[in-house]
Formats: sequence, C-alpha cells, structure tokens
Amino acid sequence: MHGLINKAIQSFVCQTYGVVRWDQVTTAAGLGFSEFEAMLVYDDQHTIDLITALMSEFDRPLPDVLEDMGTFLVSHPQMEPLRRLLRFGGETYVDFLHSLDDLPDRTRLAVSDLHLPAMELVDHSVASYTLICQPGLPGFGFVMMGILRAMADDYGALVMLDHDGVRGATEYISITLIETAFAAGREFDLGARAG
Amino acid sequence: MTSSNDIADVLDRLCPMYLMLDKDGRVGQVGATLQKLRPKVPMAGRLFLDLFEVLRPRRVASNADLAALGHTKLRLSFLDSPRTSLKGVLVPIPQGFVVNLSFGISLLEAVQDYALTSADFAATDLAIELLYLVEAKSAAMEASRSLNKRLRGAMIAAEEQAFTDTLTGLKNRRALDHILTRLAGAGANFAVLSLDLDYFKLVNDTLGHAAGDHVLQHVAKIMVEETRENDTVSRAGGDEFILVFDNVRDQAMIERIAKRLIERIKQPIPFDGQTCRVSASIGIAISGRRPECTPAHLIHQADMALYAAKHASRATWRVFDSAMMVDGVPVRAAAGNNIGEGNTAPQGGV
Repeated sequence: MHGLINKAIQSFVCQTYGVVRWDQVTTAAGLGFSEFEAMLVYDDQHTIDLITALMSEFDRPLPDVLEDMGTFLVSHPQMEPLRRLLRFGGETYVDFLHSLDDLPDRTRLAVSDLHLPAMELVDHSVASYTLICQPGLPGFGFVMMGILRAMADDYGALVMLDHDGVRGATEYISITLIETAFAAGREFDLGARAG
Repeated sequence: MTSSNDIADVLDRLCPMYLMLDKDGRVGQVGATLQKLRPKVPMAGRLFLDLFEVLRPRRVASNADLAALGHTKLRLSFLDSPRTSLKGVLVPIPQGFVVNLSFGISLLEAVQDYALTSADFAATDLAIELLYLVEAKSAAMEASRSLNKRLRGAMIAAEEQAFTDTLTGLKNRRALDHILTRLAGAGANFAVLSLDLDYFKLVNDTLGHAAGDHVLQHVAKIMVEETRENDTVSRAGGDEFILVFDNVRDQAMIERIAKRLIERIKQPIPFDGQTCRVSASIGIAISGRRPECTPAHLIHQADMALYAAKHASRATWRVFDSAMMVDGVPVRAAAGNNIGEGNTAPQGGV
C-alpha cells in the first residue's frame, strides 16, 4: 500500500488521539516501526494489520473511524494542501462531485504509483446522486463519506449522506443535496498556494 | 458577411482573453478576463501598441509594422506594471485583427497578481489543471524532500556508529578502540602491530586514486589472510593499519607474521595494465600483562617501533623496546642510537 495512505492513517491517529495511542496501535499491529514514509510503498499486509489494530484499540465501529479519517483529511489545518487539491475539482459542490470521476487519474498525475479505486457519480436529479466506489481499497467508501461531508462544509453546501452498503466489494454512497449555498464556506484562492 | 459584433459574441464565450483590433491597431472589443487584468484602464479605444510591448516577432514598433503582420504567433508583455508576459496568436480578419492571448508559463504569478478564479478561464483552458499539477507536485516533492532529509540523517548516524571501513571491509578506528579497551580491561596478553605502507603516496600520485584504493584493498586482503580469525585487522586511516593479536604466547609468532606480511606486500600489485609497488614497515608492541599497558599506551609503543623501523630502512619491522624512548620522545636512529645493528631490540628485514 502506498506510503501516502499509511501516512494518512498515521497523521489522523496522531493528531486526533495522540502519539502514545498511535504507538499502541502500531505495537498491536506488530509493525515493528511507528513512522510511515509518505513516498515509500509498503506491504499491503502492514495496512491490513494496522486497520485491524485500529478496530481493536478503538472501541468504535470501523466505518465511524474511517469516516472521521476522511473528515480529518480535508478539514485539519495540517491537511490544507490536500483540501486545496480537492477544491481544484470545481467551483461548486456539484462541480466537485462530478470531478470525482477524474480523481484517481488526477491523483496519478501527481503521484504516479498511487492508485485510488475508480469512482463514478450517477446523477438521479439536480439534488440526488449516487457515488459508486469500485473495489480496490476496502473501506474507501467510508473515508469518502468523511471527505464528501467535509467538502460540503468547505463549499458551504448542505448535504445528507448515506452509505448504502457494499455489494460485491463495490461501495455505494447516496448524496442528497439540500442546499448549495447554505453557508459561506471556506475561501479558495487559486493563487494562494498552500505552504 | 460576419460582423465584428458577431465574432465578438462568439469570442466572448470561447476565449475570454481576446482583443479585436481595427486596421489601425486600435482596440475594439475586449475579452472579460483580459480587461480584468487592468480594471482601471478600459482597453477599448486604446492603441494595441500603447498597451503591450511585442517581444516576438521582433521589430513590431509601429502600427504599420503590426498591420503588416499576417497570421502569426505573439509573445507580449504589458507596458505597465505588473508586466505580465503573455503568449498569443494574431489572426487577420477583413475588419482588422483578432488577437487571442493566454498566460502560458506566467500563469502562476498571474493568478496571484490578479486574483483570478476558474471562471476567468476558458472552459477548455488547461490553466486549472496546470495549477492543480503544480500544487500536487510541490506537495509530493516536499514529501520526497523530507524523506531524503531523514534518510540522509539516518545514513550519517549509521556511518558514525559503523565499525567497518567501507573501502577495505576491515574494522575501522572506532571498532579498534572498542576491542583494545575490552582486551586491556580483561588483562589479556595481547600484541599491537602497527603497519604503514611505504611508497603509497607515490602510487596515488602517479597512478591515481583508483590504483591507490586497489592497493589498500589488496593489502587488506593479505592482512586478513595472514592473521587468525580472532585477530583484529583495522584500518586506522590513510595507509596505516593496526592489527591486534589476542592471546599471544610468544613474541616469535608475531614476528613471523610481520615477516610474512612484509614479504607478501612488497610483491608487485597489478592494476589496470600497470604495476603498483609498495612495501610495508611494521612496529610491534606486546602488552606482556603489564598493568600500565593501556590501549593508547600500546598503540603509542607500536608507533615508536614503526618509527624506528621506517628510520632503519623500508620493508622492515621492529619490536618496541624501552630504549626507543627517552622521556617519552623517540630516539633518533641517526644520532648514535640504540636501534641500529647489534641492538638488543628484535628487528627484522626481508
């Protein structure tokens, strides 16, 4: 698994629960190390062990933990560069939703060996969508739930999200757009490059 | 015939950084984004050459020069500040010219200077993708840079802790100090042999560093072959080697080893079609279970003996004798010494 994904898990746990907790998780996972490098590729088993340890160390259902991680990836100040990259997806939340089809390709443009599961947005009406997350990264749909929720805040949109479950390793998320300009949202200045 | 207004309507939608010029080079319609770059200066009605400097093609200084241009690529910059550079294309039409502009490589500064948003770019413009890519690559580069920094730190730390000389694979000075401290602490009976190559500098200077490195590796191999597994062979630096023999029962054994080393090292060493010739001088000090023999002390004694050997002639060995020192200063072989022939100190030449 790409170091960026492992590092994202590490940053999330360290920032949310503290370094001590992270050390407990890596020890429980039997990793033998506690610091992931974003630009190295790790054995998939490391990530599986890590997620298993997360489930037992935290007394919370895994979907909730993963969704929190998705929210963290967009809303934590340390993750500002990632938020900005996602905001390049479009001017409105609906533009952003449509840009998700391109997200894996965009990601590969930046980091050629980082493969995210393919995604497809189906629009049922102007206010109702389904995001289909193809197999490849189990639980990715829950992380996307957190990202979609945090990005709605970022755009100032009001949405309702539901994880419609997993069918044959494909995950389905239903998105109901209640209001596009519910709040002011956060600034996105094209020229203000995140440090 | 299509009117200027019809063309402008289409251009407004397709390319928001266009200008229409009449035959005299005066600006008519202007794209919204281009006008946004100079909000206080309406471009319509101004002369094109009063707004922009034409960098390419060269020598477009007058409206007549401009009028003479056919369909051509342009490089421009604003005449006033910020002097954003622009790339573009000029197309003659019956009413005059259409000029379409874009930022090209100056895009990054432009979005900052003019607070542009994605709505300011044509739907087909790759500007947003370019900006995305620049940020994504910067973030990835930053992650790589921080990895490199940490790896470098780790490498330096590992080198500092290393016990191996990377060139020869022998123990290094650090390892030697550890071993000597251990032996001295155990009150062991051990010997220190200090070996220095003769003519090594000559090889390095005449045949180059690669030859010098090869000689060091070759000599290191000989030393490993001529010693027992439990003995320590270390490179103290440059062409100096220190060998430590544990559990030394008789001095004669060490002298035999010194003799064999000298004999083998002076054999010509072929390298890259050439022949390197060096020899070895050796000084020996034996602990003899004396409590005052600290590791530093023994190395010093071996160095004194080496000094005496070098002074006598090359490719020889000496065993340390207290007569080699007077008040801690080595006695010079040339000045009526105790080290020459007939000396009681064991000596050897091959």
